[in-house]
Amino acid sequence: MTALAELSPAARAAASVRGAATTSDAPESLAVEFHDVGRAFPTADGPRTVLRDITLTVEPGEVLAILGASGCGKSTLLRAAGGLDTGNSGEILIGGEPVTTYDPRTAVGFQEPRLMPWRTLHQNVALGLPHGTGRTEGRERVDRLLELVGLDAHAGHRPREVSGGMAQRTSLARALARRPGVLLLDEPFGALDALTRLKMQDLLLDIHARTATTILLVTHDVDEALQLADRILLLGKDPGADPGATARKVLTVPGERPRPRGSAELAALRSELLDGLGVDAHRR
Amino acid sequence: MSTAERTVTPRLPARRARGILGTGAGRAAVGLLVPLLLVALWWAVTEAGVFSPVQLPSPASVVQAGVQLAVDGPLWHHIAISVQRVLIGFAIGGVLGLLVGSVLGLSRWADALLSPLTGAIRAVPSLAWVPLLILWMGIGEDSKITLIAIGAFFPIFTNVYSALKHVDPHLVEAGRAFGYHGLRLLRTVQLPAVIPSVFSGLRLALAQAWLFLVAAELIASSMGLGFLLTDSQNNGRTDRLILAIVLLAVIGKVTDAVLGLVERWAVRRWS
Ligand SMILES: Nc1ncnc2c1ncn2[C@@H]1O[C@H](COP(=O)(O)OP(=O)(O)OP(=O)(O)O)[C@@H](O)[C@H]1O
Ligand SMILES: [Mg+2]
Repeated sequence: MTALAELSPAARAAASVRGAATTSDAPESLAVEFHDVGRAFPTADGPRTVLRDITLTVEPGEVLAILGASGCGKSTLLRAAGGLDTGNSGEILIGGEPVTTYDPRTAVGFQEPRLMPWRTLHQNVALGLPHGTGRTEGRERVDRLLELVGLDAHAGHRPREVSGGMAQRTSLARALARRPGVLLLDEPFGALDALTRLKMQDLLLDIHARTATTILLVTHDVDEALQLADRILLLGKDPGADPGATARKVLTVPGERPRPRGSAELAALRSELLDGLGVDAHRR
Repeated sequence: MSTAERTVTPRLPARRARGILGTGAGRAAVGLLVPLLLVALWWAVTEAGVFSPVQLPSPASVVQAGVQLAVDGPLWHHIAISVQRVLIGFAIGGVLGLLVGSVLGLSRWADALLSPLTGAIRAVPSLAWVPLLILWMGIGEDSKITLIAIGAFFPIFTNVYSALKHVDPHLVEAGRAFGYHGLRLLRTVQLPAVIPSVFSGLRLALAQAWLFLVAAELIASSMGLGFLLTDSQNNGRTDRLILAIVLLAVIGKVTDAVLGLVERWAVRRWS
């Protein structure tokens, strides 16, 4: 297991600059334990197993990337961890306690932005504030988050007036506003251009360095997983085994963040992951 | 609430403003063309003596009938009492429609218990209520206002009910995921999401209210525009009859236009 919440020097510097006004009032980060978790959806011809036999402990403050082909059940696993979907078998514990419905210890960045169209971006981010946050404190926190995701100039805009990538950053800010013990992000950078994507990845690392919250990050971008994660969970079907995706591999990513993109160690891991995803690495 | 400026133009395709149809006044002027043409045709036909004055009086005599009724006084009473009935009935039906629609739209139990009943009641033609209402409430204001309220109830009820059933489940789930439930969820997600439908329901309800007003007044009344219709028919005053129809059209259109403005604002604000 890699060390938890390692602060890279760059991240630490960035955090101290940007976070000067930040009080570190984040809740303690929490462990997430999956015990033999499975999920089957009922269909016309009997239940269809999507996930099975997933056992894994995500340490407090760890960044876990969940990687897998489209439709393999990444979102389903994340939804189970957030208590959005309670139909799973097995047991999921957060901080040692079972997940509750819409678990307040988690915050979700959905795969779609899911912004309220009648609210401004500012008001949408404010939705994420924990219930009972003071007015002034809440406004300041939202202002700061909008600035961090580069949308302070658009705070008063409605979702339909901004681009898909801007909406997705708003959705990320809304999840961050919650200061959760566990942050569940479902492809939070999917709609972003390459440059914004890198910026937002840095932002996420900054925030992680500052708050050390546990992060479960769904992605189907191998390089993103290699850059951000302490460990990578590769979800997928075992060929020849029972139906349903399970943990094919759990890989520890070596090195401190930010990691050199070209390193040989990462390259080996990268082709192993691409292999696992069914992509022939040599032809890419 | 943020007060940051809004600089980016809306991404929804705005209707292209072009030529005379680009302005509200221009469109209104164009919309008046056909009615004016009809009045001219009407005038020409009566001038040529195609119909007898009892069949179709001239525009001038209709105006004259209006002026006379206005000077003598009863015209204002007819208008006032009709408007009053519509507004009261509309308000009662509207509030009830909003409440019942919300309850049935949000509670699956209430829906299962009550929607067969509301569906059956809605299937009853409006005029079928009249004898029963008169029997129960007499021919006074109560029976008329009740009938109008029934008419106004259903469009609002139906719109609110189905809009609440169709609120984007993704948004509701997002609301729940961020700790909203019960009344707070209703206030934060569900109600704002259905506001545009509420307003289009209100518009339909107002049109229904006018419809039911005339039904109520045609059958039993001694005042109001519907009474003016039957009374003129009985006395062979086709000029007053046409006057009543024109007044119903104009007042109905004006009230609808006012609500239409409110609806436009609501749709812009809430969607
Ligand atoms: N509510 C549901 N009812 C029935 N089947 C479902 C439901 N939700 C998900 N599934 C099925 O579960 C499988 C996994 O879905 P999921 O959304 O978790 O995939 P994913 O890995 O997130 O894919 P993507 O990368 O495309 O987002 C899919 O085959 C989908 O059809
Ligand atoms: Mg998904």
